[in-house]
Amino acid sequence: MKPVIILENVVVRYRKPDERFGTFKEYVIQFVRRNVRYREFTALNQINLQVHEGEILGVVGRNGAGKSTLLKVISRVLIPVEGRVRIRGRVSPLLELGAGFHPELTGRENIFLNGALLGHSRREIRERLDEIVEFAELGAFIDSPLRTYSTGMIARLGFSIATTWKPDILILDEILAVGDENFRQKCGVRMNKFKDEGTTILLVSHTASNIESMCTRAVWLDHGEIKADGSTSEVIALYRNSSQN
Amino acid sequence: MKDNLFLQSEFTYDSKYRKHPAVEELLDLVMYRDLIQQLIRRDIIARYKRSTLGILWTMLQPLGMMAVMAIVFSALFHQVEGYVVYLLSGLVAWTFFAQTTTAAITHIVWGGTLLKRIYIPMTSFSISSIGTGLINLVLSLIPLLLIMLAAGRPITWAFLFIPIPILLLATFALGVSLILSTLAVYFPDIKEMYQIIVQAWMYLTPIVYPESILPDSYRFWLLYLNPMYYLIKMFRVTIYDGKLPSVETMLVGTLISLVTLAIGWIYFSKKADEFAYLA
Repeated sequence: MKPVIILENVVVRYRKPDERFGTFKEYVIQFVRRNVRYREFTALNQINLQVHEGEILGVVGRNGAGKSTLLKVISRVLIPVEGRVRIRGRVSPLLELGAGFHPELTGRENIFLNGALLGHSRREIRERLDEIVEFAELGAFIDSPLRTYSTGMIARLGFSIATTWKPDILILDEILAVGDENFRQKCGVRMNKFKDEGTTILLVSHTASNIESMCTRAVWLDHGEIKADGSTSEVIALYRNSSQN
Repeated sequence: MKDNLFLQSEFTYDSKYRKHPAVEELLDLVMYRDLIQQLIRRDIIARYKRSTLGILWTMLQPLGMMAVMAIVFSALFHQVEGYVVYLLSGLVAWTFFAQTTTAAITHIVWGGTLLKRIYIPMTSFSISSIGTGLINLVLSLIPLLLIMLAAGRPITWAFLFIPIPILLLATFALGVSLILSTLAVYFPDIKEMYQIIVQAWMYLTPIVYPESILPDSYRFWLLYLNPMYYLIKMFRVTIYDGKLPSVETMLVGTLISLVTLAIGWIYFSKKADEFAYLA
């Protein structure tokens, strides 16, 4: 199996001013007084990780353990301060509810906007348009402005757009609770299809049971470091033990 | 080692082998060219969708504002022949500049939440602001031509030269937009501050008043050191005077635009790596 994600000694360090300068004026005043002090916060520390094609990797850890930062590094949003990241193929993160949508545009217009934000050309989107609409079960609503949609409809549309193209690497950040039971089942079917076709899936959650049911391998992140990496059952057991203490 | 080299070529992204950020941004932008088009579409549609007059507002809005200014100031500057056209030829250019630069700030703030989740070439927000502005500018030239006819100002062949001043102004506005949107990521109050600055800047540039009323002692500061002076002048000479701008004005205007864009582009793309860190 080919590695599709390789992280080598990856370090992510946030450098934040000691006080938050809300405004430019404040900043200038403090800067002139040489009062700007920075506090460093290491979100990821010397991470080494290899993920292979077709693997379904679960990432567990408490809030603030660095899970989201890890995903950002993999989806190319965050450039690490040290270390090296290599990715093979297209990374597709599932956006949170309604991100990248515009309330005044119709569902159809939003498909084009959202698809373009995900890096697809107009032609690619046109080819998949019917499929997206059908999967999202929007029917006649597709030509109404998005502000008339229910939350469930927006969630379905977002999921439908993001997963209509088979990604090489799919990133799921705590969002599996999309729509009703029926729609969730459809999502599951689509996920399994991706899995069979060799998509690598990264699933992040702080509830271990989600990971247990889906993943073949798990990683436990704690304070920006990898505490354990191995089969799901082993890693989850370790993670559970630590949270009890 | 050999194995490594082989592997490297197969990866689509490698944080160790990156091109210069300014070049990388440009290449990615070509890949995401449809995004810019979609963002422009979104701006135009969203702005006019819930209005009955729709896109007509693009022409009516500047017209209304200009009418007000023309009435107020024409009594003051009656020595300027065809004052309304004098005012409008400068005002369309200024409105474009003020609108696009402000929109760029708004857009980078809107994009901020997305930028933390997915990779997008971030200059697309500034570029699409310019694109929307260009559509509005070209549409506002229609009422301008009508007013010229009504006011009896001659429309000459020089008007066909107008794409060049528009292009140079857009280049300058893009450079300024990129600098402003970088600052806006760090300091959310840049928008408020800029609105005051842009207002003051407008009145310091000869747009509502003729250049000739400026005392000699101010000329150096308000004209020769003011980049917008040259860019506005190109519009004015082409539309109001009906002549081609002088070579000197053209050269200075081109130089200002290109240098500003280069500074803005490099500054923005160098800082862009940090944007996601500012959660």
